[in-house]
Amino acid sequence: MLIKIKTNLDIPSSEITDKKLYLNRREFIRAASMAAVTAASGSLGSDLLMSDTVQAGEKLEGVVKGPYSTDEKPTSYTAITTYNNFYEFGTDKESPAEIAPKTLKPRPWSVAVEGEINKPAVYHLEDLIPKTLEERVYRHRCVEAWSMVIPWVGFPLADLIKRFEPTSKAKFVEFTTLYDPEQMPGQKRAILKWPYVEGLRMDEAMNPLTILAVGLYGEVLPNQNGAPLRLVVPWKYGFKSIKSIVKIRFVEEQPMNTWALAAPDEYGFYANVNPEVDHPRWSQARERRVGEFFKRKTLMFNGYAEQVAHMYANMDLRTYF
Amino acid sequence: MKIKVTGYYKQWMRDKGSMTRNRWIQYVAKPIVFAACLIPLVILIIKALTGHLGANPIEATTRSMGDWALRFLLITLAVTPLKHLLKWDWLIRFRRMLGLFAFFYACLHFLSYAGLDQFFALDEITKDVIKRPFITVGFTSFLLLIPLAVTSTNKMIKRLGKRWQPLHRLIYLIGIGGVIHYFQLVKADTRNPTIYAIVLAILLSYRLWAKGIQNKRAGYKYDRLKIGNLPRPSSKQP
Repeated sequence: MLIKIKTNLDIPSSEITDKKLYLNRREFIRAASMAAVTAASGSLGSDLLMSDTVQAGEKLEGVVKGPYSTDEKPTSYTAITTYNNFYEFGTDKESPAEIAPKTLKPRPWSVAVEGEINKPAVYHLEDLIPKTLEERVYRHRCVEAWSMVIPWVGFPLADLIKRFEPTSKAKFVEFTTLYDPEQMPGQKRAILKWPYVEGLRMDEAMNPLTILAVGLYGEVLPNQNGAPLRLVVPWKYGFKSIKSIVKIRFVEEQPMNTWALAAPDEYGFYANVNPEVDHPRWSQARERRVGEFFKRKTLMFNGYAEQVAHMYANMDLRTYF
Repeated sequence: MKIKVTGYYKQWMRDKGSMTRNRWIQYVAKPIVFAACLIPLVILIIKALTGHLGANPIEATTRSMGDWALRFLLITLAVTPLKHLLKWDWLIRFRRMLGLFAFFYACLHFLSYAGLDQFFALDEITKDVIKRPFITVGFTSFLLLIPLAVTSTNKMIKRLGKRWQPLHRLIYLIGIGGVIHYFQLVKADTRNPTIYAIVLAILLSYRLWAKGIQNKRAGYKYDRLKIGNLPRPSSKQP
């Protein structure tokens, strides 16, 4: 007969924090740490990111508040990290959060930088990340008509591009996601043409809104959100913000992007958020902010017209959707 | 206090003396199947109440109800082939209930879209139905289900007589419409709709095949009949 003797080590279940409460507390701490993003002090977040053993969710110290942040209420950490379109880990929203933390190894990581630049090289991730990281709270609008507000941690892409010294022939930047079906099991099926490729026009890439993100909610970027390095272009539909980047190439011709290749009449190269140009299968006039019940109106350029509209002044946005 | 015993229960009390297979189906099997058919809805409600529908609960609700509408449609279409192949004649007695559950989940699917997703914004819904092929197809299939549900009662079956069956063959079209609707919805991964399409294709081609055999048999009988009517050759020919 098995007799269970109660020892001091047994914690009564009544004393174990309810998971919901525990998660709420985490959310609370995150919110608090968001508010407390301060000027650099002590060890920098970028130091932590250089360690090969860094874990998603580790706190990034010394992140400074960056410009262009919205004061809208950020979407919950849970929603941002469990509702993801990352087809490399499966086509439903839940799979990336279930699979990516187990299979993707974001350290060590290197990025090949090539094409029309003076300094082509394969860089270690740590050599690309600047000392000071910024927090940018951006609206994120998916082409599927849902949206979030995400407190990214990252740095302007423009700063990095200047270091590579692009030549006059560099008219576009092409980004490529990792291709490794072992780490990204979704790539075992040819749903899209792997690896995932995205591109920006040079002025879009140099726009001060454009960042490369390495963190979220003041913490190291989780794998399902595109660790260790992802693009964020907040005035474009989410699929432009390519994740887990391994290659940055500077080119003269407009690169082909994966979704435009998969369905050219549905997804374009520009993919600017535009409530007036509908997706052939659904309206883009309104969106559901994740966590809210009522839909809200979608804003032109996702509300960033002031920063980006000038780049498209003479373009017909119906043709260049 | 006197409890008034009515309807179903009263009938059961009267009938329970002799539990024939008929009665077993009516009073035991049918209620069990009925309750089982409600499980998807119950699970959805539990998930909704405990916050397990994910970050986009409205989308999750619409998707789940749509999935189940299509599944019940296919289950309903599977009744006749299974009845023939397994020689389980009693299966047919569940067909109406299963078909009505397909309609039930299709209603919830539509209500979830119209109510939760569009918040009954009629102008938006009208625009969607006209402009977006996948909603046009889905909505048409849903509308076509209504006459079938309305004419599913015993009274209506009697009243429609010979016209009932041709009307209810609409279900084939609705099934095809439902699967197309699913195909039109997905962005790139057509694995799930393909599975539904294959099942539907099997169920529909069974009917064509069975019809072929029936015609062959009918033809055979007809030939026999003709032969039978021919004047028999006389053995006493001069």
